[in-house]
Amino acid sequence: MKRFYVLLALVAVAGGGAMWYSSHRQAAPPPAAAPVVAATDGFRGYTLGVESAPVEVTEYSDFECPFCASFATVQMPVIREQLIAPGKLRWRYRDFPLPTHRYSRYAALAAQCGGEQGKFWEMHDQLFEHHQWAQTGKNPRSLFRDFARAVGLDLDKYDACMDGQRYAGRIEASVQEGEAAGVRGTPSFYVNGRPFERSTSDDFKALVDSLTKKHK
Amino acid sequence: MIRRQAIVLLALVGLLVATYLWLYKIGVLGELRCGTGSCEYVQTSRFADLLGVPVAFYGVAGYATLFVIGLAGLEGRFAGDRRLSVLLAALATAGFAFTLYLTYIELFVLHAICRWCVASAAIMTAIWAAAVAGLTRR
Repeated sequence: MKRFYVLLALVAVAGGGAMWYSSHRQAAPPPAAAPVVAATDGFRGYTLGVESAPVEVTEYSDFECPFCASFATVQMPVIREQLIAPGKLRWRYRDFPLPTHRYSRYAALAAQCGGEQGKFWEMHDQLFEHHQWAQTGKNPRSLFRDFARAVGLDLDKYDACMDGQRYAGRIEASVQEGEAAGVRGTPSFYVNGRPFERSTSDDFKALVDSLTKKHK
Repeated sequence: MIRRQAIVLLALVGLLVATYLWLYKIGVLGELRCGTGSCEYVQTSRFADLLGVPVAFYGVAGYATLFVIGLAGLEGRFAGDRRLSVLLAALATAGFAFTLYLTYIELFVLHAICRWCVASAAIMTAIWAAAVAGLTRR
């Protein structure tokens, strides 16, 4: 009987050790993409605000970037409320996943798959508001799926979109567009094709004020 | 006695497997080592939760219960207690039925196999066989 308990202890230690080792290994990236060809579907990014707004800002952003998350959660709500909602500003989001970030392309894909079902901005908000995923280094696949569920996506369609990496080409096209525009880091902002180096809601308010005055 | 030892040992291995899947589900483990299977697909499907609780956690609870009861059954005073054998068989039957349901979902709904789930199914089946055999033995 004593031998049996020793055997149990050995199995428990071996199993526990294997799990401990597994939890400390570096997580592998999500399913690797085949070399991505930039899409030529002419997609120019998801937008917020009316088309007739006098000013349009293009933001190049990376879902894994902490500055982008800070901008999205601190500055953007004010910009949405005070500039976009009243029709003064139109906002265009472009993906610019940095190569140093392990899961940013995957996150961009999740947002695009949300966009396919009309919920890009909802997924965008989930990814930035629950940004802890970007600090853990863990494979966020399951978490992103929870985000998709939380915003009401059809999960079967979402899974098919993610597994097929349906919008990888769009993301690559966005990166190429950003590189051509001179984007070096994120978030980067462009107004009428020109870089805009500031990034607080007050800066954008001043920008909109100055540009609308010029038009009057 | 040998059957109860087998149940205890199998329940311990099952507990480790279920804990591994549960730790993945709650984000402690970043990835599942699955080889050629579709573990992540199965584990992130809508069937991986039941009543808001990860299915793997039911496995943890079930195997832990079988392990504790089986271990108690190895103690001298319970060694010949038929009530424990009945309890083990009842729990193992419930676990086996749940395993059949999960395997059905994998094969006919998700069309994907998770190796760890197959391992758990095999363990639960063996526990069930040992528990039922222990019931028939006087």
